[in-house]
Amino acid sequence: MKEGSGEEQNVAPSVYSHVSRPGSHRYKSAKKGLPFNVMLVGESGLGRTTFLNTLCERVVIPPHEAANCEQAHIAEPMQFKHYTVDMEEDGMKIVLNIIDTPGFGDGIDNENCFTRIQEYIEVQYDNVLAEENRIKRNTKFTDTRIHALLYFITPTGHSLRELDVELMRRLGSRINIIPVIGRSDSLTPRELVLFKQRVMNDITANGIPIFNFPNSDDEEDEESVEENAELRAMLPFAVVGCEEVINEEGRPVRVRSYPWGVVQVDNDEHSDFDRLRYVLLNSHIADLRDRTHNGLYELYRTEKLSGTNVIAGSAAATNAAHVAPAAATAGSPTVQPSMLPQSHPVAA
Amino acid sequence: MRSAQNQGSGAIKKKMNGYVGFSNFPNQEHRRSIKRGFNFTLMVVGESGLGKSTLINTLFESKVYPTKETEVETPARTGVEITSVSADIQENGVRLRLSVVDTPGFGDSINNDEAWRPILENIESRFDAYLAQENRVNRSKIVDNRVNAVLYFIRPSGHGLRAIDIEFMKHLHTRVNLIPVIARADTLAGREVETFKARIMADINFHGIQIFKPVSDQFDDPETVADNKAIASKVPFAVVGSEKLVDREDGTKVRGRRYPWGVIEVENEAHNDFVSLRQMLLRTHMEELRDATDVGLYEAYRTQKLLALGHVQDNGVFREFNPRQQLEEEERLHGAKMGKLEAEMAAVFRQKVQEKEGKLKQSEEELHSRHQQMKSVLEKQRLELEEKRARIGTGMQQQNTSIDVVAAAHPGEPVQRMPSKDKKKRGFF
Repeated sequence: MKEGSGEEQNVAPSVYSHVSRPGSHRYKSAKKGLPFNVMLVGESGLGRTTFLNTLCERVVIPPHEAANCEQAHIAEPMQFKHYTVDMEEDGMKIVLNIIDTPGFGDGIDNENCFTRIQEYIEVQYDNVLAEENRIKRNTKFTDTRIHALLYFITPTGHSLRELDVELMRRLGSRINIIPVIGRSDSLTPRELVLFKQRVMNDITANGIPIFNFPNSDDEEDEESVEENAELRAMLPFAVVGCEEVINEEGRPVRVRSYPWGVVQVDNDEHSDFDRLRYVLLNSHIADLRDRTHNGLYELYRTEKLSGTNVIAGSAAATNAAHVAPAAATAGSPTVQPSMLPQSHPVAA
Repeated sequence: MRSAQNQGSGAIKKKMNGYVGFSNFPNQEHRRSIKRGFNFTLMVVGESGLGKSTLINTLFESKVYPTKETEVETPARTGVEITSVSADIQENGVRLRLSVVDTPGFGDSINNDEAWRPILENIESRFDAYLAQENRVNRSKIVDNRVNAVLYFIRPSGHGLRAIDIEFMKHLHTRVNLIPVIARADTLAGREVETFKARIMADINFHGIQIFKPVSDQFDDPETVADNKAIASKVPFAVVGSEKLVDREDGTKVRGRRYPWGVIEVENEAHNDFVSLRQMLLRTHMEELRDATDVGLYEAYRTQKLLALGHVQDNGVFREFNPRQQLEEEERLHGAKMGKLEAEMAAVFRQKVQEKEGKLKQSEEELHSRHQQMKSVLEKQRLELEEKRARIGTGMQQQNTSIDVVAAAHPGEPVQRMPSKDKKKRGFF
């Protein structure tokens, strides 16, 4: 893994250096690194920062600075903070762009948090839309569309809260949402199972679109179908993050120590962190990018273009021939409102 | 002797020559209280899912509060409800009428503005009810359901107090005995607990919030003093509750929670502060909490309320009444009150200005960046349009010339418009 910007660090051997899994994907963009943009949303104290640091195996987000007391009662408005990490997974280089949202849900009145996130996501789509419509495109255009949103749920043990439902409902049709239970080490295994069930029931009952590992239409690979079903059953992922590494039998193991026991982050029985990491950085990175590009972005584009006036609409139509991204799907580039581009099944 | 008493200057101390028997008075008091039974009202406040019901049941070792294990869907809740549950429990012949007041919905909405208000109103209405009873003609039966303590549950974020926590505590600490607890403490490891507690106390002290802490006075024996200090050092208590029994490694059964990585024991002081909380709340300081409610909080409320209602103290009752002194005293008090009000208002004003400024600045930045963005988008569009126009312009010109040429070469045939791209390829045939 590349070192950080000029900092001197003792790069500990990666926890995953001894693990290699069959069937991982490789990409040709290996030279520059595949850009993968992820947004982290959740109230403070649910382990977003720790999750990211654990994912990248280094301190990406510095520990929360103890803000002074005067500011504590004035809730800070939500901010968007960007971090970039170069990762290497199974020989594949990934440029991981993280957008953190500290301050989400921390105020007393949190109504405008959703709108701001939605606007942020749509601005990225707008940028791509504008870029595609240019006559002379910028070859160095960086795709800032967000491929996945990890939403951290509070482990109440009961069910989803109003804030959770509202956020996922509003953003689910614009972005791939992967719900995650933060601080899951406060739930016993039985409570965790019940909680996951209730959360998924809430999600289906409310018709909330999340990324539930859909099988693409031409999927014939039995193994993938099975894998997707397995991952679907694990939703939402229960994560515990930690930055403490101890040496056990000569191998570095990441743990969280309590007086009554030690939680092993990479142990599948203790948390779903490992599976989630594999999904994000390895097995489903292509799926997520694909769905963002061919599904969600096309949907947004259609809505946006059909919503504008006729002149602009026809101008866009003549340019439609140019606007042909590596469209493997039959995503029709015409701008007739009656024809929506094909998108992957969104229903939960 | 009487004159000495009348002057009020220190009673004469007399030594006893034999056993009279009034030292038995506390025992009589004790028997009477047991016959009457005790009354305790506890309020729990905190977001749903923080383990409030579980903790109550764990504290009193009985299912005082129905837990919501079988609840399927969250009912859409708007606002804060106040619900109350009472239980008569008995231990060693001592009867306790325990009332638990719950506040479901607190902090669960997206917009939690003024979530504390219904709770404060409920507490004050209980004071009002008691006041009304005290003022009755026949006061033999007074029912006391004033809130003796509020357990405020803090989320184990590990960072600090949230805005909603501080707001709640600031509004309620002068009306109730506030006992903040860190809920679900089984997710905070070692050092995190200490830093979290320190941060919470710093926040509390900064905002001048009064919380209930055991204090020792000169009458306490050294052991009690030491105990009180130990408990006070753990505030706010980091607790875990459990109604279930689990097996420990050595086979004994304890109350706790079983995880794949270990078992947390509720009554193990190394694992959490439950024991200290129970000690303080039930075993040592229950009477003090009730007393503080009655003598401190209630009296303060009553005075404020009566003054607000316009009652004027009739000082003719007092011997040492000096009207001039009284007037000066009142004037001074009034001036002090005015000054305090003014200072408070100035502080609130400053704070609001600060907040507003912050918000405006932020929206200014947002608008600015949005403006820049729109400008650049518009700029791009303009350039594109210019390009298009230029293209169409030259295209039309070329089309015109090509039509002329074709018309000349093939007279009589209808002219076909060709896309300007192909013009060059065609040639003149």
